[in-house]
Parts: sequence; C-alpha cells; structure tokens
Amino acid sequence: MSAAAPVVELKQITKRFPGIVANDSISLTLEKGEIHALLGENGAGKSTLMNIVFGLYQPDEGSIEIGGKPVIIDSPNKAIELGIGMVHQHFKLVDPFTVTENIILGMEPKKGLKIDYKSAAEQVRKLSELYGLQVNPHARIHDISVGMQQRVEIMKTLYRGADILIFDEPTAVLTPQEINELMAIMKRLVAEGKSIILITHKLKEIMSISDRVTIIRRGKVIDTVKTSETNPNELAEKMVGRDVTFKVDKLDPHVGNTVLKLDGVNSKNKEGISVLNNLSFEVKSGEILGIAGVDGNGQSELIQAITGLRKIDSGSIIVEGKEIANLSPRKISEMNVSHIPEDRHKHGLVLDFTVSENMVLETYYKSPYNRNGFMNNEVIDKHAEELVQAFDVRTPSIHNTARSLSGGNQQKAIIAREIDKEPTLLIAAQPTRGLDVGAIEFVQKQLIAQRDQGKAVLLVSFELDEIMNVSDRIAVIYEGQIVGEVYPKDTNDQELGLMMAGGLKRGGKAGE
Amino acid sequence: MDVLTLLGQMLNTTLVFSTALIFAALGGIFSERSGVVNIGLEGLMMFGAFAAAVGGYYAQDAGYAGMAPWIGVLCAMAVGIIGALIHAVASITFKADQTISGTVINFLAAGSTLYLVKLLFEGAGETPLIDGFYKYKVPLLSEIPVLGPGLFNSYPTTYLAVILVIVVYYLLFKTPFGLRLRAVGEHPSAADTLGVNVNRMRYIGVMLSGMLAGIGGATITLTTTGTFAHNTISGQGFIAIAAMIFGKWNPLGAFGAAVFFGFSQAIRNYVQQFGWSQDIPQEFIYMIPYVLTIIVLVSAVGRSSAPSALGQPYDPSKR
Amino acid sequence: MNKFKKIFATDSYIVPLVAILLGFLVGAIVMLIGGYDPIAAYGALFKRVFGSPYDFGEAIREMTPLMLTGLSVAFAFRSGLFNIGADGQVLIGMTAASLIGIKWAGLPLFLLVPLAVIGAGLCGGLWAGIAGYLKAKRGINEVITTIMLNWIALFLANYIVRTFLLIPGQNRSEDIPASISMTFLNSFFDNARLHWGTFIALAAAVFFYIYLWKTKQGFEMRAVGLNPHAAEYAGMNVGRNVMKSMFIAGVFAGLAGAGEVLGVFHYQAVFAGSPGYGFDGIAVALLGLTHPFGVILAAILYGMLTYGSAGMSFNADVPPELIRIVIGSIIFFIAAQGIVRWVLKPFYFKRKKEKVL
Repeated sequence: MSAAAPVVELKQITKRFPGIVANDSISLTLEKGEIHALLGENGAGKSTLMNIVFGLYQPDEGSIEIGGKPVIIDSPNKAIELGIGMVHQHFKLVDPFTVTENIILGMEPKKGLKIDYKSAAEQVRKLSELYGLQVNPHARIHDISVGMQQRVEIMKTLYRGADILIFDEPTAVLTPQEINELMAIMKRLVAEGKSIILITHKLKEIMSISDRVTIIRRGKVIDTVKTSETNPNELAEKMVGRDVTFKVDKLDPHVGNTVLKLDGVNSKNKEGISVLNNLSFEVKSGEILGIAGVDGNGQSELIQAITGLRKIDSGSIIVEGKEIANLSPRKISEMNVSHIPEDRHKHGLVLDFTVSENMVLETYYKSPYNRNGFMNNEVIDKHAEELVQAFDVRTPSIHNTARSLSGGNQQKAIIAREIDKEPTLLIAAQPTRGLDVGAIEFVQKQLIAQRDQGKAVLLVSFELDEIMNVSDRIAVIYEGQIVGEVYPKDTNDQELGLMMAGGLKRGGKAGE
Repeated sequence: MDVLTLLGQMLNTTLVFSTALIFAALGGIFSERSGVVNIGLEGLMMFGAFAAAVGGYYAQDAGYAGMAPWIGVLCAMAVGIIGALIHAVASITFKADQTISGTVINFLAAGSTLYLVKLLFEGAGETPLIDGFYKYKVPLLSEIPVLGPGLFNSYPTTYLAVILVIVVYYLLFKTPFGLRLRAVGEHPSAADTLGVNVNRMRYIGVMLSGMLAGIGGATITLTTTGTFAHNTISGQGFIAIAAMIFGKWNPLGAFGAAVFFGFSQAIRNYVQQFGWSQDIPQEFIYMIPYVLTIIVLVSAVGRSSAPSALGQPYDPSKR
Repeated sequence: MNKFKKIFATDSYIVPLVAILLGFLVGAIVMLIGGYDPIAAYGALFKRVFGSPYDFGEAIREMTPLMLTGLSVAFAFRSGLFNIGADGQVLIGMTAASLIGIKWAGLPLFLLVPLAVIGAGLCGGLWAGIAGYLKAKRGINEVITTIMLNWIALFLANYIVRTFLLIPGQNRSEDIPASISMTFLNSFFDNARLHWGTFIALAAAVFFYIYLWKTKQGFEMRAVGLNPHAAEYAGMNVGRNVMKSMFIAGVFAGLAGAGEVLGVFHYQAVFAGSPGYGFDGIAVALLGLTHPFGVILAAILYGMLTYGSAGMSFNADVPPELIRIVIGSIIFFIAAQGIVRWVLKPFYFKRKKEKVL
C-alpha cells in the first residue's frame, strides 16, 4: 500500500431509487488518521452513501477504492473484510443478549462446537481497556445506558479489526457530557491509527472534532473544506442552500393561568419498576414548557400518563382545574388536549388510511363527520381539503394514503389535525425528529404561534438546541423525576447536560 | 388394578402422547426463534405421518422389517423438510404473510397426502397397517417400581425425543449457530450488518422445523395408529404450537408443556377406569386437553417472551 | 363510476386471476404425475356443476356456507384477527338452531324460524366472542384459542345432540320442524336443497361492506385492524373493537350453521370429527382478498370446485382431494404475490413503459 493513497476513495458514486436520485456523482476521499465529516440535512443522501460504502446498497454508477485498490463491496461481510466498520444511528443491538454476545455475533470464537464465552469476554475486556471504553462484557443490553450501548456498537467494529469507522449521527441520543466522552473516544481511535467518517447535521460537533467537511445537498457534493478554514454559518448556508438563522424569532410570552398541573405523579411499568417518580410541574397558558432529558428517562411515560394511555399509581394530573388522571384517552382529548405523538408512523397516523381519513382520526365520531352512525364523507373530505391547504400538506390528493406522503408532510398532516382541534393544551413529543430544516422551521413556528394565541404548550425533545430555542421555560427530567426547572436565558448546555445526567439538581421552580 | 400400576401405565401413556408433541414443539422453536411463525406444524406433521406410513410400508414390503420404522422416520424427515420449504419460499423469499403461508401448508398437506394415499393404494382411504416401533426396556432401569414401567419401557422415539430436547437446548444456547439463529429472530438487521445471512438462517430454521415436525408425525403412525388416514393428525400440530408458547420458546419449557398436554390426553384414557367417571359425559372428558390449553394460556404470560421480530419478513431496505 | 374504474385500473384483480390459473396448472401437473388426464378431469368437474338443474342447485347449496364462513374469516381479518375458529362457530350455530327449532317447536313457524336463525347467529357470535375476549383482555393469540374452541365446540355440540335431541339408537337428532328451505323452487331445480341461507349470505356481504366502509364503527374497526397503536392514541377502545369484530365474525359463521341444519339437512348429526367448514372459510376469505364481494366470488369458485370434484372422481377417477391441492396452491400464489408478479413481469414492464410515455 502506497503511503500517499487515501484510505477510502469514492469516485462519482451515483445511486437511484424509484423517483429519486439519492446520490448524484459523489466523490470523496478519506485520508489515514483523519476525521472527515459528512454534513447534510435529513434526506440529503448521507446515509445512502454510507450504506453503499458498507455494502448494504450497490451503486448504480461509480467506483470505490480502498487503500488505492478498486474494490466491489457487495455485502457487509465484504466491508468488514476490507476493514470497514459502521456505528449505526439506530443501534443494531440484540436487547436480550449480553454485550459479549452482541460483539462476537457472526465471528464467534469456538472451543469444540461450543462458543468459547470465556475467551470472548476476555477479548472484549481487553479491547475495552485499550480504548478506554469501560464496558462490562457480561451486562445485558437492556440494562445499560444509551451511551454504553453506543460503545458496544463501536466495539463491534473494533472486534472485527476495522480501520475505517463510519459514525452515523452518533450524538443524536447522547447528553452533552456523553458527547464529550464520545469525542474523546474518537480522538483516541484516530490516535491509534483509525480513520473516521462522521455523518452529522450538527455544526458544533463538526467544528470541534473534524479535520475536513464534505457538504452534500440533495444528493450532490456542494463542497469539501478544511474545518480550520470555515465557520458554522458558512457550513449551514452550504448545507441548506440559503441563509439560515439559528435563532427562532419569538416575542416575550404572555403567561396566564395554569392549564396543566402534575402533582406527585407516580407510575410503575409491568416489571414493577418506577418510571414516573413523584413527578410535578405545571404549564401555564401562553408559554412553552420544554422537557429536556436523555431518551428513556420517563418522557414517553409522562406523555402517556397525561394523554390517558398509562395508568398512574398516585398523584394528580389536572387540566384546567379538572382531574384527568386515569381517564380514557378519548375523555382527555375531549378536554381540549391535543397531542403530536413522538412516533408518527406508529401512533400518529394509520398509514394505510387516506389523508382524509387520518384528518378525522380523533373526531370521526362527532357531528358533522358522523351522521347517525354513518360517516359523512362529503364533510370529511371538505374538512381535509381545508386543512391540507392551510398547512401546506403536499399530497396529490386527500384520497392518497398517508403512507405515500414524505415524512415532513406526514408530520404537517398530524400538526394540522391537532391544531385544528383548537386545544388549550398542546403536547408535542419530538415534533421535529427526522425532518429537514424547512420542515423543522415550520413546526417550531407553529408551536410558537399556538403559544402566542394563549395556548399552553408542552414540548418534549431530546434535541437540546430545540429545547433552548423554542421553550420559554425548561424542566429537566431524569429517571422519571423533574430534577430542575430553569429559564433558557439563565442556563447553558453544560448545566442542562449535567442535570440530564442526574449530576446536578436545581431545586424548586425556575426563577424562584 | 392397583394404583401404583395404574400410575406407571399412565406415565407411560403420557410419554407416548407427549413424544410427537415434543418433536413438533422443538421444530416450532427452531422456526419461531428465527422469526418465522409456523402455524403449518399441523400440516408438516401430516406430511411426516404420511411419509412414515408409506416409507415404512414399502421398506417392510421389501423385507427390511427391522429397519422399516427407521426408514419411515427418514422419509418423514425428508418430506417434512420439503413441505417446510414451501413455507420458507413463500414467507421468507416472497415475504408472504407467515400465518397465511403456514395455513397453505396445512391445506396442501391435507390434500396431497390423501391424494397420494389414494393414488398409491388403489383408492384406499388409508395406508396398509404396518408394524411400527416396539417398546424397548432399558436394562435395570426398567426394573424400578412405578418409574421403571412408566419411563424406561418406551418406544425408541420417546428416548430420542428426550435426548433431542437436550441437544436442541445446547444448539440454541451454546453454539454459534444458536446465537445467530436467535439474533435473526430478535433483530435481523443487527445480524445482517454483522454478516449473518438472515434469510439463510431463517430457511434453516424453517427446514429444521419441518424435519422435526415430520418426525413428530411419524411417531404417531409408527407407535400409535400403524396407518395414515385423514384423521391421524387432528390437532396435534396446534397443541404443539401451544406447548411451544407455554414453554416460552425454550426447549426445556416446551418439553414440560408437551408432557403436560400428553398427560391431559392420557387422563382421558384412564379416567374411564374409575367408577365415578361414568357420571361424566364422555365429551367432557374429550374436551380436557383443549380446555386445559386455554386455561394454561390464560395463566401464562402473554407473548412477552416471543422473539421480537417474529412474524416480520426481513426487508433490508428498512434497516 | 369512479370507484368502478379504480377497481379495474389497479392490478388488484389480476393477481388473484393469475393465481387461480397457476393453481389449476399445479393441479394439472399433479394429475399428470399421477397418470390422470387433467383435461378430462377438469371437464368432468365443470360438467358436474353445470350438467343438470339439480346439480347446479346443489352447487349453490354448497357455496352458501362457504360465503358465510368466508365472510366470517374476512371480517375478523379486517380488524387484524385471524379467525381459525369458524368451524366451531358453525357447529355452535347449528346446535343453537337445532335446539331452538326442536325444543320450541310449539311456537308458530313465523316466530320459530327467525328465532332459530337469530339464536344461531347470536350463539356463534358469543362463541367467537370468547376468543375475542381472551385476546382483548389477556392478550392471548386468537389463533390458538379459536383452534381449541373448535374442538370444544365439536364435543359440546355432540354432547347436546346426544343428550337432548337424539333419536334413540341413531346418531342424529330428531327432525327439525323449523325450515328455511325454498321448496317453491323444487320444480326448477329438481329438488336440489336450495334455502334462504343463500340470501342471508348475500345480505351479510352487503352488511359487511356498508358496516366497514360507511359507518362510524367500521371506521374504528378498520383503524384498529390497520394500526392498533394509532387507534388507541386516537381514543378508540382497541379491546372492545377486537371483541366486537370477533362477535360479528362469529355471527356470520353461526348463520352458516343455521343454513345447514334448517335449510339442508333438517336434522343435526353427531360428528365424528371436525366438519371442516372453518378451513374452507379461510381459503375463501384469502381467495376473496378479504373483501366482502371478493369473498362471494371466491365462494362461488370454491363451491364449484368442491362440488364438481365429486364428478371429477366419478368420471375421471381422480381423487377429490386433488381440489385441496389446487385451492392450497391458489392461496399460496395469492399470499406470495411476489411469485405472481414475477410471472407477470414481462407484461408489467410493457405497461409501465406505456404509462411513462
């Protein structure tokens, strides 16, 4: 291998899917010992490109060279053989398996016919020590934190001898502290001679760790620049294709009466483990309360409790003076509570229903949609037509299935439906997850507009930036408990991060 | 008859009834642990029962009397695998709904076995009677009172079934093959990205289930009925599925459940020996295994321990 | 008109049609391997169905329970449930109709007949409801429970017939005075056993369609079937819909039972084993793509095949079980649509290209 040849060279890669060119003649080089960031919006084609490098897809045109030699990567096996490892955004871990089992899967050390678990665990321990990962080889995946799970993902690639590591949006689910630790790990990996491609849409990370950045937009390479010679604004403009403001414009809130009040709410899951732990907070009309926290600290359960999908064991949940704890979802919905669910495919839409049917998913039983037990399709269609217009939901027709819409338009349809209910309380869970910048702006503006109309808005998000920019007040949730309430102007990422990791409590109500 | 002798006999009958269920339930475990629902166990047992009857008959006819039942078992394994392949092609390669494609197996088995019986035996409704297996007394152990005649005077297939429970357990939880099979049923895309061929593992799982269900069916013709007719397999495959679920997809658990169901069937034969049972209509005694199955499922924990990816065809584009 | 166009513009009808052809092809190959003449056999099959008014009438008689059990399976399918228990529900429906028809024979016929029919439907529905209840409240897979309930229904039906309705020394019940036979058609169909159950079945299909696609409750049920999580989020009661869906499915099957004892046999036999109505119903539902009108068409095809298979075995000496292979293959091809699309590929590409231009 000649020293000058790049570790990976992609030449004019093109990949088409029905109706879309996901990668349009993309070229990219990765030098040895480099952290090369791949920047682009959701849907820009980053993941497709990396799936090609990892052998999950085949390019329609173009070629790949590894260490100067042309290769054809037709399966993950081939990629692994070539020393390529991928740390997936959605962890590919088998929950009931142990750390060791997950790492050795597919390349198990054997003693006779049996798996040699002892030497496997030893190997895992050694790798963990070498890179300072501190992973317990015998722990089961469902018992360890998200940050730890990610390290298991990294170790899977190292165990297979990967020299080229692809990190796909690795920080999406981490706390700021965990992100710092990950950055340190990445630096150690590079110091040990590995090369890294970092896929992300977060500019902060790119600026702090990468050597070079390649920006792609709509499947095309816009530019490749040295990180030291650029700045976040330039990168953002290249990524989105226009000027972007990071600050969300909003007026000062006009806070009114308490709309939602939780007091000492406790709930246990099926295994008897406490998921909501003496949880209390309130949301007033005209304000957005952001719930910050790491995934899995009770956010989903909190929303389920408020919307009637989960029974609580004690405590009270009051909406506009009325106790709603343990009422049915229908009853709560009728108290003018709207809900944008975190998983729009699973909970927000019936994908095989038409757009029109989805628009009345919660109100179908009411007049005028229901006429003596029969569906009044004329009125339903007219209503859908109006909402599609008002919220700019792009669909060929209201009679197309929700499945045929893009992610952004599906989310717009849900928001249209929920806002149309004229709620007094709007609950938005992860409302911008997986959306591109344009759609994110739209969603956030809608939330602020609702707040300006005097509605109470409860925003749950794992994106710290979103919490900081959109909320008027922030409550931090950790292990099913509110560990602090702060105003965005009085805090910063580091402090929130500490609270999110359970390391700091800022007692009482914000501002007291 | 004294109680102890009765108990020993009941134990023995329990094992006879359980054997077929054990084989089929183990087969179900292979398929479902790999992520493929196998409601076609019933049909696969039918294929096996048929193949054993026909293969055994021709072997006996050709003068291999002693080996005939074993040749029957081999035929059952082969035909079971072929039957399972239909399920595999439809549900794995062509991503058909697994429940529907399993139902197809049940249909094809019912149709084709009887069609072939009529074709091979000049329009007869069942295969000619064959000798089948004989019970084998384990030396010394069979002398133990109650347990001896109960456990150690059984058909060779029963011993094989018990050994297989251990083998399957070892295979699933101690070997690379088992780790991969379980991974494919829990999180196929995780396995895929580590170079484990998801569809190949699933094909193997389904084919093993066909093989084992085939043996299960064979044990019924070779130890109980001696022939294959339209009612030789009537519901055992479904009870095997229940045993697998009740046993939480674990070979040891499924073994326990299969013995339990075998026992509830054995009760039916023995309860009539007691005077008081005359007052109970025979239909209610027949119902026992089925009612027990429902009661058992009501008291067992739902599907919480089912493989996570059970029933979902693997679509790499969604990873 | 628009809707009409839509049905025929999509390929939804092509796949089953090709699947049916492929199924017949498989049957023909199986016959060839067995040394039979498939053309003679299929010819005998159709001749049997259309050969005489009596046979034609009897073929319709054969189709009737298939329509209802097919609708039963299809209806449950639409709300995400696999009803393998139509067999037991038919038996319970039969038994209820027999019991009412014989024990309340004192009532005037205009009361007795509807009571027996309604009783059959209700009891079938409640029997299926057991599986619905266990699914909704305990999360138990309805596939297993409905199969177990089939066996329990078989023994329960036999017990009731043997204990309360038996003609001493025979293996059947007394004659049932209540009848839904269409005796006024006897001269046209040569005494074929036609009965009102056929119209009940057609009405059930219409009900199925209107209920599911036009009413508020149907909207809920479809939402639950397509995405129970979203339905729950939208405030629908998933468990109640599961129970309701199983109940209605059971009513359909129970009505099939009423038709058999009140319209065809006029007595109830003690069954030695499962009569197999339910498994036919599964085939019909899948063949009809779980759409009510598709189910009716599928029942007509299936009824023709099973009724005609007797002629096939009589005239061409082919074992009637062959038809099960044909039907199994048809469902296989419908379920594994990929195979059919693969067969159709050359034609498809042509069409796609035209569309683009």
